[in-house]
Amino acid sequence: MISHFLRLERKQYFRSSYWQTGIALKVIMVFFALYFLVTFLALGIGSFFIIRKIYPDADPLQVVNSYLVFAFLGDLVFRFLMQKIPIMNIQPLLILPIKKKSIVHFILTKSAFSFFNVMPLFFYLPFSVVLFGEGYNTAGVLGWFFAMIFLTLFNNYVNFLINKNQKIFFSLATVLAGLCAIQYFELYDISAAVGQVFDALYANPIFVFIPFALLLITYNLNFNYLKTRVYLDDAIKKDVKEVKSVDLSWTDRLGEVAPFIKNDIRLIWRNKRPKTVFLLSFLFVAYALIFFTQEVYEEKMPVFLIFASLFVTGGFVMNFGQFIPAWDSAYYKMLMSQNIKYRLFLESKWYLMVGMTFVLYLLSIPYIYFGVDKFLMITAGAIYNIGFNSILLLYAGSFNRKRIDLDKSAFANYQGTSATQFVVIIPILALPMLLFWIFKTTVSFNAGILSIALVGLLTLVFKKYFMNFIERKYIKDKYAAIHAFDQKA
Amino acid sequence: MLQSTLLIKKLKKNKIMIQVKEISKKYGKAEVLNIQSLEIPTGESFGLVGNNGAGKTTLFNTMLDLVRPTTGAITNNNIQVNESEEWKTFTSSFIDETFLIGYLTAEEYFEFIGDLRGMNKADVQSFLAQFDEFFNGEILGKKKYLRDLSKGNQKKAGIVAAMMGNPKVVILDEPFANLDPTTQIRLKKIVKELTEDRDVTVLISSHDLSHVTEVCERIVVLDKGNVVKDIQTSPATLKELETYFSV
Repeated sequence: MISHFLRLERKQYFRSSYWQTGIALKVIMVFFALYFLVTFLALGIGSFFIIRKIYPDADPLQVVNSYLVFAFLGDLVFRFLMQKIPIMNIQPLLILPIKKKSIVHFILTKSAFSFFNVMPLFFYLPFSVVLFGEGYNTAGVLGWFFAMIFLTLFNNYVNFLINKNQKIFFSLATVLAGLCAIQYFELYDISAAVGQVFDALYANPIFVFIPFALLLITYNLNFNYLKTRVYLDDAIKKDVKEVKSVDLSWTDRLGEVAPFIKNDIRLIWRNKRPKTVFLLSFLFVAYALIFFTQEVYEEKMPVFLIFASLFVTGGFVMNFGQFIPAWDSAYYKMLMSQNIKYRLFLESKWYLMVGMTFVLYLLSIPYIYFGVDKFLMITAGAIYNIGFNSILLLYAGSFNRKRIDLDKSAFANYQGTSATQFVVIIPILALPMLLFWIFKTTVSFNAGILSIALVGLLTLVFKKYFMNFIERKYIKDKYAAIHAFDQKA
Repeated sequence: MLQSTLLIKKLKKNKIMIQVKEISKKYGKAEVLNIQSLEIPTGESFGLVGNNGAGKTTLFNTMLDLVRPTTGAITNNNIQVNESEEWKTFTSSFIDETFLIGYLTAEEYFEFIGDLRGMNKADVQSFLAQFDEFFNGEILGKKKYLRDLSKGNQKKAGIVAAMMGNPKVVILDEPFANLDPTTQIRLKKIVKELTEDRDVTVLISSHDLSHVTEVCERIVVLDKGNVVKDIQTSPATLKELETYFSV
């Protein structure tokens, strides 16, 4: 039975659309995976010595132990937001002669190997190995290490029990915030108190049976809960959200593009991936803080300030714009058989990008605090984003040939990504940086900024001409796009 | 009076709405469509039948300029579909649920299509009112996104959307599939009414021989991309088709 399940899993993994991407993308994905792996490994190995350097008097293990309570609570909050029990996959198995017990055992066991449980291993394992090397007691380290694994898995199953219950989540988040506050304001030394509990695991490895028992209990709770609920109208139910309609009639003032704008707003608000892109773009406003607060950029690498300034207002243009028109890939055929003017479809995307960039620009006004020159950089960046980048991304979009499923998460989602997205970075980011660098070194700072703004303004002035060109390109590539968006990889 | 209406009918009938000329479509070496000539007069209710892979959807997709033919051309009211987009103003269609926008409610979708077809909100309202019976209370006011509706209800929404804005040509791919018996009967009534005054040309593909013989006055059978039968529907047609397909 298990071998059947494993075979299905293997096929699911290797035949997933994930692997059907181009070779260049695979290389980049492997590179990122390796990068994270190496980072975590380095952290696992290095943290012992780093802690010893910072706190020469303390035992590094005890220091780690004292922060574990925050780590586990934080882990739980993170899991709540990101992790979901993969129960939908078992639907085809239900009508086959397989005992429900084994199906439930299978999904619960499978969940133990998820990303959320494997990632912490990259810290605990090398850290434990270093502990051995540093002459820590073997039994103690083993006890501690296994306790960490059990607790991680315990978190895994607790999360499924919470099962997206908002109330429990908010109380958890409050507890975590409260603990952090108490610790920060030194009302009570929680980390030391709870740290002792974890220290005990090292001192008396026999205590490892406690986390193990916790793990077994939560596993069984999950098992009993699910066993009676693997029905299509219960645990395996697709959650259907009730529609909350918002009145969008104010967009009617925009005239001909209004129907498209309405759709785009609903597209963004009602689908996971574009919604994440939208919300993230507000986070990008704060991005320049990293650069503006460090003198080293101002003195040695002012070009990077331009880089940051572009991101402040460009989060939406870049992340939304790069996947035009793939956002509409699911019903692209319908749009193409309707009596629409392609121009309006494109214009509505343009309005959306420009409108959002303007809003983000307004939000960036507090950057004046860092000096008028910084704010001028952001202003030039905004003009560049509004004028040049929006048009360029519309043009680049005509090369998009990858379908996007709107309801998948945006994180680490490479669906819809192709070489286009990488090539386009050059004019979007590198060109303004280069312009700034040339004019700043040859003329002055202001000339550098002006050059960027000028490119944006010029594109804006000749927008009509560019849009004609882009429209023709989209119409020419219509069939290829229809065909490509039809491929459900 | 009667004579003159008959004359008008005859005149209208003589006018060709859709003309398929020497069309073929190849994917690699496989030829999925090859039609020498097919003329569909204005106001005809045209049925297309054939087994899976016979080329029905490909033919419709080519008519809608969603797929380019390898050779040949299709004209819709004398407009060659891949050269001008003018035909879109009087042609509407529902091929499959990818024609729906999943994240909209049915009302929002109708409003969107209405906008594209020059109908204001009131027009859309009064248009939808005719279909109360067809919707059977399962489409409007449900507070559900189209993606969360059942297959049958998605189809109902799509079919009705294809009738919006007084189209002259309506193309429906497998409209009867997934519908419940009551809705199938209601749809047949709607299609018959649509072609009654011989103004609207309706193209329907179906796997259900009895439905298609009931609503269509002419039936074309496709097999491996070729027209193998072209029948003016008569009481004997259903029998003829059943004999043909029971191989």
